[in-house]
Amino acid sequence: MFARGKNSIEFNNVFLRSSATISGPRERKGPLGKYFDDSYENSYCGEESWEKAEIRLQKDAILCALKKLGLKIDDMKAIVGGDLNNQIVATNYASRDFNIPYLGVYSACSTCTEALIVGSLLVDGEFGENVLVVSSSHNSTSERQFRYPTEYGGQKPNSMTFTATGAGVAILSSVASPIKIRRATIGRIIDPELSDTQDMGRTMAPAAAMTLKQHLEDFEIDINEYDLILTGDLSKYGSEVFLQIMKEFNYNVTTNHNDAGKMLYDLENQEVFAGGSGSGCISLVSMGYIVDALKKGIYRKVLLIATGALMNPIMIAQGETIPAIAHAISLERSKQ
Amino acid sequence: MEKSIFKKVLDRNTIKRPIFLNSIKAFLVGGTICLFAQGILWFFKDLLNIEKDKAISLMYIVIVGITSLLTGIGIFDKIGQFSGAGTIIPITGFANSMTSSALESKSEGIILGIMSNMFKLAGAVIVAGVLSAFIVGNVIYLFR
Repeated sequence: MFARGKNSIEFNNVFLRSSATISGPRERKGPLGKYFDDSYENSYCGEESWEKAEIRLQKDAILCALKKLGLKIDDMKAIVGGDLNNQIVATNYASRDFNIPYLGVYSACSTCTEALIVGSLLVDGEFGENVLVVSSSHNSTSERQFRYPTEYGGQKPNSMTFTATGAGVAILSSVASPIKIRRATIGRIIDPELSDTQDMGRTMAPAAAMTLKQHLEDFEIDINEYDLILTGDLSKYGSEVFLQIMKEFNYNVTTNHNDAGKMLYDLENQEVFAGGSGSGCISLVSMGYIVDALKKGIYRKVLLIATGALMNPIMIAQGETIPAIAHAISLERSKQ
Repeated sequence: MEKSIFKKVLDRNTIKRPIFLNSIKAFLVGGTICLFAQGILWFFKDLLNIEKDKAISLMYIVIVGITSLLTGIGIFDKIGQFSGAGTIIPITGFANSMTSSALESKSEGIILGIMSNMFKLAGAVIVAGVLSAFIVGNVIYLFR
């Protein structure tokens, strides 16, 4: 691997060898439901608490990705992952039973791409042949941590997003596979000085735009390099702001952009307000649908830009604004 | 330079919240709850001939009971999403905030979960109530 431009990395030999997704009930009923390996009918996932349910989702996804290759957890050199809970507790506990090196990462809803970047660095740095990357979110664990109790009857505004329930796993490897990981851009923290915790899509849009701009500059490539630029989870309102900022930067992104928060649910008929969010949202969309579409040749090159609002309720109560971040990583068909 | 672009685009894309429509919904639902509660009060006071103070307490118990039941079976948050202030401002909101906090915390056990967290949201209302009662009580005592 080598550094490109200001904030980017080009990998030599990293492939996405296997992936797996396990979703909650509402995600299964969404337009991409058929791309998930499995889903639970109930958001408790057969466990006694929501936190344990999220741990279950991660464990299931990890075992599913391994099973697809016929490998065991001991064949993985390390686990890299994270989630939205305090102390990234779901990932810590999901990894507890696997006796291999573990790195926990957190950047709110962009944890998915941050983990993929760290995992790719480990593989390309020849730390080991296979590195397992996991990220998840659970609607109810997030609600109780960042917002109100789930049964609280306060009115939610249209700008609110719905945290997805699900976990996505990728097994990154130096073993040649149909999908290659080639480019990554590490995001900078961008604070657009907003403090509405019920309007995070618009808060994260500038970070996504800055990361995309930096990515294009660092690699000296055109916006049409990618068949799809997948942001996540800007949702309905954030996507609009993202496109307009890119236009101000003189990049015309329209046909090759979509947002994971808009794809995961049927915005008209599922009660998710402005769309999906959470690190599980882009994990489900990318490790489920995007990986499938790349294998089938519907897409050749996809840039994932996961966005995270680094929101902390204590800081907001102290009158602070919400910093945001976005990390980008590209998935490409290895034989064009 | 970039900050000014963000500000310009964000200002151009502010999200308008339907305040007028929300107010109408809140008025209709909130009003219906009050009408229903008044009916219960009349039932206890005039049909069962219970004295007024006790009838009021019984009416509260019925409304709080119904709200907690609706919260427990997962319906109240849907009503609240529709009516907004209409269900949060009356005593229904208070009951819902306590029941929902208790439900949410049951996975952490009775003492560390339910008992510690039940007043998480409602606590602010109690503090405000006690404080204003103290101030108003003193004013009445001094100037009566």
